[in-house]
Parts: sequence; structure tokens; C-alpha cells
Amino acid sequence: MNIHTIADHLNSLADNSDTGMDFDCQPISGEVDVLQITLLGREELPIFLSVTDDQILCISYLWGTDEVKAECVNTMHESMLEMNIPMPLSSFSKIGDKYVVFGALSINSTFEDIEHELAVLSNNAIEVIDDMGDYLL
Amino acid sequence: MSIFKKIMTAIRGGASEAGEAIVDANATRIFEQEIRDAENHLTKAKRDLTGVMAEQMSANREVTRLQREITEHEGYVAQALEKGDETLALAVAEKISTLENDLSAQEQAVNSFTGNADRLKELVKKSERQVTEHKRQLSMVKTTESVQKATSAITDNFSSSNSKLLSAKDSLERIKAKQQKFDDKMKAAEILESENSDSSLTAQLKAAGIGSQENSANSVLDRIKAKQK
Repeated sequence: MNIHTIADHLNSLADNSDTGMDFDCQPISGEVDVLQITLLGREELPIFLSVTDDQILCISYLWGTDEVKAECVNTMHESMLEMNIPMPLSSFSKIGDKYVVFGALSINSTFEDIEHELAVLSNNAIEVIDDMGDYLL
Repeated sequence: MSIFKKIMTAIRGGASEAGEAIVDANATRIFEQEIRDAENHLTKAKRDLTGVMAEQMSANREVTRLQREITEHEGYVAQALEKGDETLALAVAEKISTLENDLSAQEQAVNSFTGNADRLKELVKKSERQVTEHKRQLSMVKTTESVQKATSAITDNFSSSNSKLLSAKDSLERIKAKQQKFDDKMKAAEILESENSDSSLTAQLKAAGIGSQENSANSVLDRIKAKQK
């Protein structure tokens, strides 16, 4: 499983995805290959997928630390922690100065698992931004 | 220092920005070698364990055989005594005493094999836990590094393509607007669809003479006639 086989699969789905989502994949080359996946109608919130030795990581950037209302940081952190378990398949993290929502899959996952993961991650990202909107500028 | 703390220190210390490795590549290689060595030991320990367990089983079988033979010979002694053949009884009794010596030797062997097997099993379990733990730690280091590298690839891509990252709220607004537009389209299509089917249904009813009919001259005349009565 590498980003290219995943990209080929997702691009070939077209209108036939199990999740009703339309995926568009673009590989980004670098020291680690990354796949930028955009979902039709949600181009503003792409998902970045990378494959390591033992897992497939799917990450969606949420907001930067500079977008959080200063007086709300702690409350927001608490809300995020509390939401971490109820939120299906995804978890929160922070990379540099950006908050992210991510999901990690086994390297042995099927294409269907990956597709499902991406759809759920995207839904989670949108819902989280909506729910945390009060804390954001 | 635990690997967790090392990673946190490295991230807080800005290792991500400098592209500096959390644990230098050489250390990672040594760690990987250690895991491989431990796995080799584990394979050997498992092989040893199989050998010991096989010997334990064979010693157990021998114990059962000896016990059976002793019981058998004890019967012979009784029979010889019944017949009053003291000499024969003594000869058999000597045989029994040899068998009993063998039995106690075998029982000791079984005990020692069981002890060895238990110890090896414990060792295998411990080594397995250790290898799993090492692998988990290594995976944490590698994942952190690969995420850092991936992040820098993503950031480079954004800056090179000049795509401006919107704020989260703006992104959400746009996505919602697109969703709303899509929903509106779907609803419009549905309304259109239902209007079409309504009108076609009315037409069908009319053709069948059901429902309100168009006012014809005859019907008007009938109505007026009815009023005059």
C-alpha cells in the first residue's frame, strides 16, 4: 500500500464510491510522499495522507493558534479533549501552530477502509469547526 | 528519559522547524538492530522451549510406563507368595526395586524439565513484551519524524502554489454555502419533478373523465336549467 495505489483507487471511484463522496487526489512529492485529497464541495478542507512503515495517516488541518480567541484557549482544549472519544475514528492533535484532526489506519487496511476513514474524517473536520466556532475568531 | 518525553522535548524545542531528527539516524539504526537481535533470541528461546517440552513429554510417558510395570510386578509378587514360592517373590521384588529407582530418576527428570519449560516460557513472554515495546517506541519516533517531513512537504506545496489558507470559519462558510446551493438545486429539481408528475396525473384523470372537468357549453346550459326549476 502506497500513496499512488491509494490515489489510483480513489480517482477511479468517480461516482461509484461507497460513501457518496467524490475524491480528487494529488500526490505531493517530498522527503515523505504525501497525497493531497480533496472532496468535491469541500475543497477548502483537504485531507493529507501519508504512508509509513506500519500505518496510514490521514490528517486534516483545522485552524491555526492565531485563529483562537485568546480567552478561550483553555475551554477549547477541554472541549476538544472531551470530544476526542465520542468523535468516531478521528482524534485531535497539533502540528506546529496548527490544530488538526487525524485518523491512523493499519498498513493492511483495505481500500474500502481508507475510503470510509477519509469520509468520516472530512465529516468530523467540518462538524468540529462548526462546534468550536465560538472559540474561533 | 522515556521516548514520550524525548519526542515532546524535541517538538517543543522546535526540532520540527529545524528539520532536526528527534533521535539521530544512527541511534535509530542501532535501535532497529537491537530489535532484530532480540527477535533472534526470541526465536532461539522458542526453539529451546519446544525441545524441552518434547523431552518433558517423553519423560512423562516413561513415568507412566514404569508405574504400570511396578503395579504389574507387585501383582506377580503377590501371586508368587500365594504359591509359597518365596525365592521367586524375592527375585520379582528385586526387579521392582530397580524399577522404583528408575521411576524416581524419571520423576526427577520430569520435574527438572517442567521447571526449565516454565522458566523458558516466562522468558519468551518477557522477550515478546520487550520486542513489542521496542517496536512501539521506534514506531513513535519514526511516525513523529515522518509527520514532520510530511508537514514540511505540505507547507512547501502550499507556499509554492501560493494557495492562501483560509481561516477555518471562512472555509466552513464556503463549504456550507456550496452545500446549501447543492441542496437548493436538489430541492428545485424535486419541486419541478413533482409539478411535472402532478400535471401529468391531472391530465390522465381528465382523460379518464375523473375529477373536475372543463366547463363546456353543455354543462353551463345544464347548470342554468337546473336553477330555473
